[in-house]
Amino acid sequence: MLDFPANSYLILGSFVFTALIRLQHRPKFTMKNPEKAIEFPEQDSTGPEMKGADVMVAALEREGVDVVYAYPGGASLELHQALTKSKQIRTILPRFEQGGGFMAHGHARVTGKPSVCMATSGPGATNLVTCIADAYMDSVPLIAITGQVYQQFIGKAAFQETDFYGMTLPIVKHSYLVLDKEDLPRIIKEAFHIASTGRPGPVVIDIPKDVQQEVFKPTFPSKLDLPGYQGDVIAPTASDLELEPVLDLISKAKRPVLYIGGGIISGNAHEELRAFAELTGVPVASTLMGMGAFDAEHPLSLYWFGMHGTVAGNWAVCDSDLLICAGARFDDRITGKVDKFAPEAKIVHIDIDVSEHNKNKRVNLPIHSDVKHALARLASLAKKKSFKKPDLSEWLATCDQWKAQHPFSYEKGEHITQQEAIETLYDITKGDAIITTGVGQHQMWAAQFFKFREPRTYISSLGLGTMGFGLPAALGAKVACPDRLVINIDGDGCFLMNIQELGTAKIEKIHAKSIILNNQHLGMVVQWEDLMYDSIRGQTILCDKDDIGGPDNINALYPDFVKIAEGFGVAGRRVIKREELREAIEEMIAHDGPYVLEVVVPYTEHVLPMIKQGMSAKEIILPTD
Amino acid sequence: MRHIISILVENKFGVLARIAGMFSGRGFNIETLNVGPMLDSRLSRITATIIGDSEALDQAIKQVYKLVNVLEVTDFSSSQATERELVMVKLTVKPDQRSEVMQVCDIFRAKIIDVAPESLNIEMTGNSNKVRAFLNLIEPYNVIEMARTGNLALKRG
Repeated sequence: MLDFPANSYLILGSFVFTALIRLQHRPKFTMKNPEKAIEFPEQDSTGPEMKGADVMVAALEREGVDVVYAYPGGASLELHQALTKSKQIRTILPRFEQGGGFMAHGHARVTGKPSVCMATSGPGATNLVTCIADAYMDSVPLIAITGQVYQQFIGKAAFQETDFYGMTLPIVKHSYLVLDKEDLPRIIKEAFHIASTGRPGPVVIDIPKDVQQEVFKPTFPSKLDLPGYQGDVIAPTASDLELEPVLDLISKAKRPVLYIGGGIISGNAHEELRAFAELTGVPVASTLMGMGAFDAEHPLSLYWFGMHGTVAGNWAVCDSDLLICAGARFDDRITGKVDKFAPEAKIVHIDIDVSEHNKNKRVNLPIHSDVKHALARLASLAKKKSFKKPDLSEWLATCDQWKAQHPFSYEKGEHITQQEAIETLYDITKGDAIITTGVGQHQMWAAQFFKFREPRTYISSLGLGTMGFGLPAALGAKVACPDRLVINIDGDGCFLMNIQELGTAKIEKIHAKSIILNNQHLGMVVQWEDLMYDSIRGQTILCDKDDIGGPDNINALYPDFVKIAEGFGVAGRRVIKREELREAIEEMIAHDGPYVLEVVVPYTEHVLPMIKQGMSAKEIILPTD
Repeated sequence: MRHIISILVENKFGVLARIAGMFSGRGFNIETLNVGPMLDSRLSRITATIIGDSEALDQAIKQVYKLVNVLEVTDFSSSQATERELVMVKLTVKPDQRSEVMQVCDIFRAKIIDVAPESLNIEMTGNSNKVRAFLNLIEPYNVIEMARTGNLALKRG
């Protein structure tokens, strides 16, 4: 499908991007790859006369939407009225628009399909901004629909008016302000197509109230006309000529590592990855976004690396002589000091998004490709051609030694620690659960002590790092996967940020569980204060700072999460003693309904290992230091 | 380094804002900017001149190319292109200076498009060097107003 010399990347590298762009010039107004796109009806179809709001619902139904997370208001109640008539769509009312946004986020992350959140104009819409930015950072196919004031009031500072289209421009994959009712079915079709193809991302659809109210006969399109969004933007496929040098590099490598990220999961390429890794014998280190894309218990797994990742993963990447990055983006939490990141390695970077090449780190071989295609093709080329599998026994022995010497570890103290609670949870569930998290220490410990063995099981706000993500994301995940155990591992600070969603869990009967690791502090910031600011507490204590609650000062614990849960009609329990922990977790899992388990832990624990910002993997701080 | 970036886009509202935002969000100042529809009225061409670090700008250009409404991006910094800008200047000119100004205009093949007792409107077209030279010569006269189209560029051959 490439319409330019396939080896042009190799010759030009991406240093001469101008040439590359012109070679990729796509002046035609036809879909290049309709078979790769979503399925279209054979012909345009026209519906009966209905209101714009009903047209929107009919268009959502055509996209296969079964759940919408929506908070109503003046500019969106028409849409809600239309939703009440839908037999296909369940509309869930969050207790805060941001909660709804993160429910949709969780839903999309576990299914891989676009998920819809909806809010009214003005404050309803602005409350979705964080969710949209979050989805943009983590490449999540989120559809955010907002009501807008009547077109005649736009730009006049009308009640609950904001320029939401303008406000969200830098944080969307694409966005629409619907000015003409006739465009509505096309825009919704385009939005789902854009959100879910290529590198996924959020799409905003802002619908003025008059468009919702006008009555007309809609035409649902059979084709999309997106001249700037086709071909290599959606589904670039590397040629054999581009891929063969990778195999040559592997054959010659002594210390190769596969560095994989969220692209493996969104590209649905975990099976291809496994086959390729096993075929070549190259060990795999994942980012947190790529968690579960490669089985944590696989002998070739170095698990995850970066600021708080495994020693083995960090050191293997650092010492590698060949680093094959697939579907990741050299984030600063992964690289540390960029110059010292894999300094001796030849770097191959396979990514669907050409703008990620050479963004943070110069690479030797950028390959613009859908990662599933690239990995599958690499494996079949390796089988067919005279691929010489390198002898990596020495390298793998070194990696295994690092793994054995420096596993994630913690010391069992007098009280239950966060790590122990998570380890116990893993032991009880045998890893068979979808885990969501907030942001901070507990998020890292969840990744360290719960071993993720399959994709779409670690749902966390990783790029943006939004506190309060865990509970609503767990609700969305549970709605999408009602038969799976869904547990939000949260901190006390994070849980307070979207605690109102306990109401949604209760009323909508969404049986997601939450474990609050309550240390009465903003633990990750406290850790940085301890390491860099002489433990001076700058607003990091969540209880009375003169009477700090904890396992040794139970009366001072604040707030009482079990009572709050009780207020919402949600079952809860507080655990302080180690003897009760296992039984309490079992009770939480067995309970037929949402559940809040508050585990009281000390605030003195640090997440280790740690590579401080701007340092290299060799300067990693170990628990023994 | 000075880059002339030519972007073929869908002729829709918001496209310019997206592209401008892609540069401004990364701290680039757009020196000149021009937008105009193509023969196919569904398309427009945006031409922008940006001065900045090439590597960072390359990144921004790749991100512009990713935008859904963008069909083609060309960075003319390193390749051959014909480049033109149209400038209009209004001068206050005493009658005794008028012939002097007209001589300068002749040299630069500039046109006088409006004459009033005490002022002249001049139209001049050229590449950036010629425009700069012309403006240097005109500057000593009393320039009251000026408007420029910004650079336009087309690939040679």
